[in-house]
Amino acid sequence: MNFAPETSIDIASAVNRATAPSAEPKLKVEKLNFFYGDNHALKNINFDIPEKRVTAMIGPSGCGKSTLLRIFNRMYQLYPGQRAEGKILLDGADLLGKQLDSTVVRSRIGMVFQKPTPFPMSIYDNIAFGVKLHESLSKSQMDERVEWCLRKAAIWEETKDRLHTSALGMSGGQQQRLCIARTIAVRPEVILLDEPTSALDPISTSKIEDLIDELKQEFTIVIVTHNMQQAARCADITSFFYLGELIEAGPSAEIFTNPREARTRDYITGRFG
Amino acid sequence: MDATISGAQATGLVTAHKPTGRISDPVFVGLLWGCGIFVLILLGLIIAMLFEGGLPALREFGISFLWSTTWNPVTERFGAGVMVFGTLFSAVIAVIVALPLSFGIAFFLTEIAPGPLRRPIGVAIQLLAAVPSIIYGMWGFFIIVPLMAAYVQPPLIDWLSPIPVIGALFQGPPLGAGMLTAGLIMAIMILPFITAMFVEVLESVPPMIKESAYGVGATTYEVYRNVSVPYGRTAMVGAVMLGLGRALGETMAVTFVIGNATRMSASLFAPGATIASTIANEFPEASTGSLKLQALLQLGFILFVISFIVLALSRLLVRTKG
Repeated sequence: MNFAPETSIDIASAVNRATAPSAEPKLKVEKLNFFYGDNHALKNINFDIPEKRVTAMIGPSGCGKSTLLRIFNRMYQLYPGQRAEGKILLDGADLLGKQLDSTVVRSRIGMVFQKPTPFPMSIYDNIAFGVKLHESLSKSQMDERVEWCLRKAAIWEETKDRLHTSALGMSGGQQQRLCIARTIAVRPEVILLDEPTSALDPISTSKIEDLIDELKQEFTIVIVTHNMQQAARCADITSFFYLGELIEAGPSAEIFTNPREARTRDYITGRFG
Repeated sequence: MDATISGAQATGLVTAHKPTGRISDPVFVGLLWGCGIFVLILLGLIIAMLFEGGLPALREFGISFLWSTTWNPVTERFGAGVMVFGTLFSAVIAVIVALPLSFGIAFFLTEIAPGPLRRPIGVAIQLLAAVPSIIYGMWGFFIIVPLMAAYVQPPLIDWLSPIPVIGALFQGPPLGAGMLTAGLIMAIMILPFITAMFVEVLESVPPMIKESAYGVGATTYEVYRNVSVPYGRTAMVGAVMLGLGRALGETMAVTFVIGNATRMSASLFAPGATIASTIANEFPEASTGSLKLQALLQLGFILFVISFIVLALSRLLVRTKG
């Protein structure tokens, strides 16, 4: 798939670390409106998500941040009565349009959920499941792939001796890292994290945060979080949503120290939400 | 104590209950105990009556009553073999036919069916369950039996009976009535039960797990096959066992279409008998105190034990789910 060569990462990150998003965003949201039946949940969102960065979405419950995340991989289409209007361009192609198949979109844009969601099968099969859907690998290639993504998710050492036991026997933090490994295994370009640490203890949380830092070398990451410190720690870009609108987005340092909007300032200083 | 009561009175909530509660509450609790114990006594009495009534037959023919295939009212030689076989065989046919259909309907209802269609199909399934079994019996006798005899059995006998091992299942004349027909009718009868329980199981699969599977790019079938079904596997096995239990005891519909022959045959088309159909058929002819009546009571006890084992297995499987 289209991983950029190593050198361009370094240049891009050096240029973009402290400045605005790059000229060509990985995901470009254009005039997006979203409806749950008659409920207008997202209002005219325009938002660029830069490649190989961590973009955080914060805001009070019901502000639409998780909704937006679920539009990125077309998860909303599983449910009748939910519809999106507008465009989301993934490398320039509209992923809401007909030209991209939803299984293809979901293999390019992976998702990790609030709670660990291991499938009722072995650790190995949890990872092989997604890979088999898109590629036919030999046994040894599959073994390699499983090890590769478990290493990426920093969970190889804990699992290498029990790959063929049920994933349901792992701790919550391990399960969540397995879910991240499973997402990586399909080699997506974008990883969506929907409050990935909300069900985890502080130690597991810090492991996942370290992991996010590692993963942005190769993947574009979008994270929804209720934890503002987490956004400040992990994210290069932070966006603030309120009542279905994108209030403002910018480099995390700016949002958390010197927000342009009064509502953002009130939220991050704990005045509401 | 006084302080608490006056506190409660002050809120005006407990005053109405207090004076009568002293007498009425123990009475009420006692009644509830009675209701609970009543179930146990009832069950115990039924078991005792069946066993005690059938005991002379067991004494007469020994333990071989369980598998002996003789059933001759004229010479008064009785054995349960044919009926036990017929009961299990027809019930297994019913489950084999009903299972894939239930899977299909349940998955269609939970995942595929658009909202407006869900209710009508759900209600139709409940109505199927509400049809009295004698209606199924008549329908089977007047519609299904002639159809089987005319269109289904002759070609199957022509094509399949010459095949060595499988052929044994397709021997005999195309009578219409027989094991297969009984199994099919019962399949329709247990279908709503198994489907309803499958729907419940599939609905209990956390949406997030399904979304995770969709999230790695799985199609609807792949999610069903690899996530939903494994997630609810044990509960589903339990559901099938409950369906099997129902099929084992089904009486009226089976009596109409099974052919009622107390002969042992491996053929799907051969007429046979189940425990329940035999009791229904022969009970009116059995005089009080006769060996035949005792044999029928003993048959009832055997059916009770078989059903109990199946029910116990299903409970066990459903419970070990979590």
